[in-house]
Amino acid sequence: MSVNLGIPAVRSSGEGNLFAHEKFQSAAKRELKNEQLRANLRHATHTIRDKRLNVVSELPDWEELRESGSRIKENVMARLPELLEQFEAAFTARGGVIHWANDATEANAIVTSLIRATGETEVVKVKSMATQEIGLNEHLESLGINAIETDLAELIVQLGHDRPSHILVPAIHKNRTQIRDIFRAEIPNASPDLTDNPKELAATARAYLREKFLNAKVAISGANFGIAETGTLGVVESEGNGRMCLTLPETLITVMGIEKILPRWEDLGVFMQLLPRSSTGERMNPYSSLWTGKNGPDGPQNIHLVMLDNGRTRALADKNGRSALHCIRCSACMNVCPVYERTGGHAYGSTYPGPIGAILSPLLTGITAEENSSLPYASSLCGACFDACPVKINIPEILVDLRAQDVEAQHSVRKAPTEMDVLMKGASWALSSGTRLKFLEKGLPAGRLLAGKDQRISWLPGIAGGWTSSRDIPAPPQSSFRDQWAQREKFQKSQGSQQSQQSQASQKPTGKQGE
Amino acid sequence: MRIALFSTCIVDAMYPSTARATVEILERLGHTVIFPKGQACCGQMHVNSGYFKDALPVVRNHVAAFLQEDYDAAVAPSGSCVASVKHQHPMLANRCGDDGLAADAEEVGAKTYELSQLLTDVLGVTNAAEQLGSYFPHKVTYHPSCHGMRLLRLGDRQQNLLQTVDGLEFAPLPEADQCCGFGGTFSIKNSDVSTAMLNDKADAIEATGASLCAGGDASCLMHIGGGLSRRGSQARTVHFAEILASTREKPLVIPEAQGGVVVLNGGTR
Ligand code: SF4
Repeated sequence: MSVNLGIPAVRSSGEGNLFAHEKFQSAAKRELKNEQLRANLRHATHTIRDKRLNVVSELPDWEELRESGSRIKENVMARLPELLEQFEAAFTARGGVIHWANDATEANAIVTSLIRATGETEVVKVKSMATQEIGLNEHLESLGINAIETDLAELIVQLGHDRPSHILVPAIHKNRTQIRDIFRAEIPNASPDLTDNPKELAATARAYLREKFLNAKVAISGANFGIAETGTLGVVESEGNGRMCLTLPETLITVMGIEKILPRWEDLGVFMQLLPRSSTGERMNPYSSLWTGKNGPDGPQNIHLVMLDNGRTRALADKNGRSALHCIRCSACMNVCPVYERTGGHAYGSTYPGPIGAILSPLLTGITAEENSSLPYASSLCGACFDACPVKINIPEILVDLRAQDVEAQHSVRKAPTEMDVLMKGASWALSSGTRLKFLEKGLPAGRLLAGKDQRISWLPGIAGGWTSSRDIPAPPQSSFRDQWAQREKFQKSQGSQQSQQSQASQKPTGKQGE
Repeated sequence: MRIALFSTCIVDAMYPSTARATVEILERLGHTVIFPKGQACCGQMHVNSGYFKDALPVVRNHVAAFLQEDYDAAVAPSGSCVASVKHQHPMLANRCGDDGLAADAEEVGAKTYELSQLLTDVLGVTNAAEQLGSYFPHKVTYHPSCHGMRLLRLGDRQQNLLQTVDGLEFAPLPEADQCCGFGGTFSIKNSDVSTAMLNDKADAIEATGASLCAGGDASCLMHIGGGLSRRGSQARTVHFAEILASTREKPLVIPEAQGGVVVLNGGTR
């Protein structure tokens, strides 16, 4: 099912946070029990969701913008190797150094050696999905290098020894009181009287971070865009902490997925409208930083970029799934996803939660990576994500395709069919012929017996028990519509009155209708 | 017009009253309804669960059954099945490299309508009370199913029709556009998440104070109705076609809620 684009599809290694450690079903079951988490999530996603709808409806050309975004990205995916070379040439010409990393292990090693070369043991960080994906913080920590997150929400997660559960609002699962407790315990100079007033909380974080910014010699960032034509990198953010990281230190190391390339400078115009509106529900994000190599004696003097593959060429080679690489990490899909709203991000295991995570993670690791193979099933296929996605990724269609890949992969390794396999086979046999279905529908009265006096079925065996765990099934009718229709036709024939059909439309075909 | 009815597997086996109501509405408007005998199912469950190989014979059967007959339009009282016929059938045929089937599926798909689509866009029904004699003196809320709403872009068609039924008191459903949590095998494979979604939907329905929640997809209605039944709710679910078919002379009778009898299964029309 995959196409060969001439790029070798390298399997990403086990290092990093792309692989779930548990199947979605069981993780979700656990997370669902956390009432506080659900209340927090519901509140936060609904707030952003409403804001997004407002600012999106302001734009008369939103659909055209989405279309443009999607087209630009399609074009990027079709010409990726060429654009990457163009970017490399431009970036290098302006004093930057590019490092290519096949997987998380390589990327982590490159960043480590760059930091080691500076002799520093503490670095500041701009929130970045790519470094989250490769598990950079954990890796550095194990080597005695302290990487301090400067994005407020990310800092809360880091200080709380927790994992992010949303790509835009990593601490979405924490409320103010929980945050105050974390700050009191973890920030050295935090006042013991700190309350959960947002202003006080922000001031405490600010004082802590200020000191870190002023002492940092090395910063690590991600990038929202890399512009091939000019070799420019870009980061958009809300708090300005990112800008501090991008301008104050001497050494700036950026880790960026290879799919973040945009061909031309003017393409930014489309994405700078799509991204803030979709992610924070704002017309414009407060801080946009763009840097193109060294800027005289100001700002960082050593500029490095780690270009990360980590399964992206594998995703690109999947002709039905490759559009998942269009993702600009806005998080709109998770904010509208009813499944995400109930389970939160942790249930998805990998760095990328929600609908995009359910397709991106298995695309990056391959569907045969066992835990990630449960992710494409983490959706009711309601389609809200597709409607919300600013770059029109047809997530439901990719989910279905990945399910098919999983079923195929499972069938090739499994010896005995599962209960689901047997069920699907049987249903396929029964439902691919009107005659067979008609024959089986003769069993409906037996179903009525099963339903008993109260006219409902409340327990079924096997996997069907998943249904009856919370839902009854009504007693089936005496006869199927197909049968009733045949009776009606017979009746009409016997009356010899084919032409007066209309008046008999509601004629009961038999005395008993089954209800 | 000559209209071919696709009764869908769930309606055929579990809710024949919904198919009868569909026939009744169309005949009341003066159209001829035919029932292609070979039909069985759209195969959506197989496709959505990733069982493409097992889906193929089901899809072939549907396409063949509807290709053989002579009609102006096909109709199904189910948004998701129509979406499957229109979108999934050609997709699956293409995936399996069967160009002939893909072309046939496109042909059948182009002639297939969801009931409210057919009534509104083709048959010009704008007022159910006037044009169909619809009468239903009950408080009704309405859940728009995801596939009708997002794949077929049905918009307010079903709701608009309901609101023109004589005697009907319409109660808007809070957060109506939220998925009810059915999702085919999702309700079995991720039963816990599905249940959490279902409970919120049931809460919303109960909050309206309506005795019935109408919808256009038998499968979602069976799921929501099954949940309401399990929690002993007084509210039940009903297909909008059955409300449209209800008249003063032959009203749709709602059975007494005996500890919440599950899904309204027709009535004595
Ligand atoms: S998939 Fe679309 S909606 Fe989701 S994060 Fe990516 S760009 Fe945003």
